Order: sequence, then C-alpha cells, then structure tokens
Amino acid sequence: MSQDHPSHGRPAHDHLVVVGASLAGLRGAEAARKAGFTGRITVVGAEPHRPYDRPPLSKQVLTGGVAPGATTLPNLEPLDAEWRLGSAAAGLDRSGRAVILESGERIAYDRLLIATGARARPWPDAAEGRLGGVHTLRSRDDAAALRASLATKPGRVLVIGGGFIGCEVAAACRDLDLPVTLVESGSTVLERVLGSHLGSVVAALHAARGVDLRFGAKVEALEDDGTGHVVRARLADGRTIATTCVVVALGAVRNTGWLHGSGLAFDDGGVECDADGHVLDTDGRPDRTIAAAGDVARFPHPLYDGRRVALEHWGHAVAQGAHAGRLLAGHSIARAYAEVPAFWSSQGGITLKMVGLTEGADALVIAQGDPKTGRFLALYGRAGRCVAAVSFDSVRWLPAYAAMVAEGAPFPPIRGAVDQGRLTVLPPGFPKEDER
Amino acid sequence: MPDPNPDRIGPSPSPDFSRAAGGLRVSVDLNRCQAYAQCCYAAPDHFVLHGAEALHYDPAPTAAARDAIERARVACPVQAILVEDAGNGRP
Ligand SMILES: Cc1cc2nc3c(=O)[nH]c(=O)nc-3n(C[C@H](O)[C@H](O)[C@H](O)COP(=O)(O)OP(=O)(O)OC[C@H]3O[C@@H](n4cnc5c(N)ncnc54)[C@H](O)[C@@H]3O)c2cc1C
Ligand code: SF4
Repeated sequence: MSQDHPSHGRPAHDHLVVVGASLAGLRGAEAARKAGFTGRITVVGAEPHRPYDRPPLSKQVLTGGVAPGATTLPNLEPLDAEWRLGSAAAGLDRSGRAVILESGERIAYDRLLIATGARARPWPDAAEGRLGGVHTLRSRDDAAALRASLATKPGRVLVIGGGFIGCEVAAACRDLDLPVTLVESGSTVLERVLGSHLGSVVAALHAARGVDLRFGAKVEALEDDGTGHVVRARLADGRTIATTCVVVALGAVRNTGWLHGSGLAFDDGGVECDADGHVLDTDGRPDRTIAAAGDVARFPHPLYDGRRVALEHWGHAVAQGAHAGRLLAGHSIARAYAEVPAFWSSQGGITLKMVGLTEGADALVIAQGDPKTGRFLALYGRAGRCVAAVSFDSVRWLPAYAAMVAEGAPFPPIRGAVDQGRLTVLPPGFPKEDER
Repeated sequence: MPDPNPDRIGPSPSPDFSRAAGGLRVSVDLNRCQAYAQCCYAAPDHFVLHGAEALHYDPAPTAAARDAIERARVACPVQAILVEDAGNGRP
C-alpha cells in the first residue's frame, strides 16, 4: 500500500503532522492532499488502530450486528502518509516546531493539525471506576468490552447519565432484552440538548420499551462484594440498585492535556481557535502554522454571533477537518469556518436528526407532524430567530427547516396559506445555568 | 504470515495496515441520508432500514460484495455512501 509507506522524494522541509488519528485527522489529511499539498504527512495516533468510525459503537456494535473492529473508516483520497499509531503525543514545542511523543521522540513539523478529540468523562471515584463491570464508551476497545459484558446477559445494566450515549446504550440493552435502569440527575433525558419538552418525548419512548428511568436521582457510589467486580450502585437517597454492568455516560472531556507548556490557550473544553481555525496562544494571537478540528476545537461560530462552541458531531469533525486541511495546505480560504452544525442519533427504533444549536433557545414550535404519532419536526427559536430544527423519524421535512436555521430566519415561522391554524409557541425547558 | 487482524497494529512506525484481502470499507453520512432506501434495494445484504429511518449498514463488506456496494453507492440520491475499495483505483 503505497500511501502507508514513509513518503520518499517529498520535500523534506515541508512536513504536515496530524496529531489524532480519527475522523477529523483523516479527513484533514485527505483535504490537504486534495488541495495540492505535496509535502510529507505524518499521522500520530494514541490508539493502535487506524481511524475508525465511532457512531456504530453505541448502536449496532452493542447489539452484535457489527463487530467492534469492523468500523475502520474508508480512506477517500490517496494520502501517502506515515502512520505513527499506538504512540500518543505528550507535548508540543512551538518554538522548536516539534511534537514530542510519549517515548521522548521529537517529530518536527512545518504545519500541524490538532485533532485529538475527546475522551469519556471518567467516573469521579477512580477506584470505583476501575471495578470490573464498570464501563465508559468512547473507543473501539471500550465497545468490545461492553459488548462482551452485555453478551454474558447481566441481570441488570445500569446506565449513569441520560445524554445521547446513555440513551443509545439503554436502547441497545432493550434490543437485547436486558433489564436496564437509567439514572439521570436532571428532570428527563437529553435535557441539555433538546430541553425537557422534547426530552420527555424521548423518555416516554424508552419507558414504553421497558427502560427503568430514574430522574432527579444521583448515583453516589459503586460497590463491589470484595472480589473487585461491581455488584450494586448506591443512590444519594440511600436506595441501591443491584447490577453487575454499569455504563458511565457522563459526557466527554477534550484531549488537550498534551498541550501543557505549549503556550496555546486551552482547557478541558477544547483548544481555542480563531474564526479561520488557527489555534490561539494564551495572549489570543493565532499561530498560523497550527490548526485544530473536530471535537477538540473550540471556535467562534459565525451563525451564533461568534459564540465560542466545541461540538461533538460526526459531521462537524468531517467538515472542520477538511477545512483545516485546506487551510494548512495554504489553500486560500475565502470564508471563516461556518458549517451549520448537524447531528443524528438512532435509539429505540427512532431516528432523530438535528440541525443547528439549541443552546440558549427560548422557544419551541412543533412545525410539522405530531409528537403523538412519533413523526414530527420541532423548530427552536432564540430571540426571534430560528436556531435549530430537530426531526423525529421525519427527515424529509428537515432540509427546508435547515435552510431557515442557516439563514437565521424569523421565529416563529410564518406558515403558508394552506396550513390551518397558528403554531403554538412552547417553552423548550432547558435547565437553568446553575443546574447545568 | 499475514497479520490475522490487520486493523490491530503495533506501535510506531506502523508499516502496513492493508484491509482484509480485497475487502471494502463503508461509512454512511447519516446527516445526509434521507432514508430513501435505494441502497437497500441495490444491496439488501449490506444496507437495511430499521424502523422508519435508521439505516444499518455493513461497514466492512468482503470483496465478493463489490458490485452490490458500488450499485448502492451510485443509487444513493444524496451521495451519502462513502466507500474505500481496493479495486477501484484508490490505494
Ligand atoms: C459511542 C459514540 C457514538 C457516537 N454517535 C454519534 C452519532 O450518532 N452522531 C454524531 O453526529 N456523532 C456521534 N458521535 C460523535 C463523533 O463520533 C465524534 O464527534 C467524532 O468521533 C469526533 O472526531 P475527532 O476526530 O474530532 O475526535 P475523536 O474521534 O475523539 O478522535 C481523536 C483521536 O485522537 C487520539 N488522541 C487523543 N489524544 C492524543 C494524543 N495526545 N496523541 C495522539 N493521539 C491522541 C484519540 O485516541 C482518538 O483516536 C459518537 C461518538 C461516540 C464516542
Ligand atoms: S440510498 Fe442514500 S439516502 Fe437512501 S437510505 Fe441509502 S444512504 Fe440513505
């Protein structure tokens, strides 16, 4: 495979290093090549695997339809890259223009793409988190371990956290006919992303499929029976749940720790970028030799008045990865990165697709269909503008509303003459800031 | 001896990770997918709609499925199906 060999005959002085061998890194390297970059490319990845797709890991991989190792991503452009897999970057020396690997080896770069993504937020008590039967779900190896655990038919699975991954895992358990309890400290599932109004619609679906939902509840401790394997969870109210398989689904933390000492601005929520995608130093100055993309990048989104966001969306990793690849290849970028956020989730037989960002939304209308029938489209507004649209098993309605989101069209929308009645404007029910 | 698990490769530098002999890699952009199901007609063993809109697909078809996968890729009205194929000129 020629593209996998170290690049011979490339100009040695022009070296693109990509740190993070996953979706954003792969699509970034491909875009750089497509934009005409002829220098060397080296891709550094902490995992021993070549880039693979994560969405199936919380869906068909858990139910057994797809093997955990089968989701290797298609390579869509000849890369002729050198792959340094199974070796994490441990540091970045910007004045010496080198990435420092865990082994101490330095890899000199002329252009650098930071695409180190995110990891699952661990259970707060490290010792409890290490108990047998306690899982998080981010990598292919995590999915293989959880799949193996589910295949032993645990008496009850406990999912901690009602975000997308928690909901998808709970749904997969019911597909496997396993008893499952989902504990969420908020008032319903998906509350932060959808608000409680639509979150309750999703909760009702899971309840109907037999998921034991516990809202306003908090797991305080995971306990073993002395053998080092989890046997029960203790809730804050003193009640216990007997379980030998726990999935901690408390969201993600960005992989930025290796940037300590680099002089770049970053925290657990991402590395700061400017509108073009170049990273910023702690004084807010862009470093034009470095771009970031995917889950790890926090950037001002033009569609949302320049609010700084870090997204965890497959489509965003693809689009921003490609943008960063073109940027680093020296392709003239006419516009700032402004891809409209888009996301999907499948759980319990329904498919939900979202365009835009609901953050800060103050109103909601059911623009098409009816939640009672399971097929509908909801539109979110913020200060009189459309900011997001979510379809439930009704993706065919989505493009028209996605266009309204992209334009920031007035909210609530004016219905056409054929439509009877006015749209009822509802409160979306987002948790207050201090409850987030 | 060929590596029995080509996707599990050792630490750096990684000389080779060719896919299982002649196999394909498939990923579907499910933001784009409109659940039209043309792919399911073209390659029913590799693309299946679950419920109204959840497309399940085989991300690692064998070389024997090449023609079916190509039919599906071309049939998709929104070009949502991404394929890497050892036999289509791509490396
Ligand atoms: C289980 C699961 C299900 C999902 N389902 C959906 C879905 O249905 N729809 C959707 O839109 N999105 C979904 N997502 C989100 C989507 O997969 C992510 O947004 C996407 O993977 C982000 O890609 P990335 O390349 O930015 O980061 P990542 O995929 O997180 O990749 C980062 C890579 O960098 C590596 N790395 C980290 N630190 C270092 C270091 N110091 N040195 C070298 N390498 C390093 C990591 O090992 C990793 O391989 C899901 C994610 C998960 C985990
Ligand atoms: S043909 Fe394309 S749009 Fe239709 S279901 Fe298949 S992938 Fe989706």
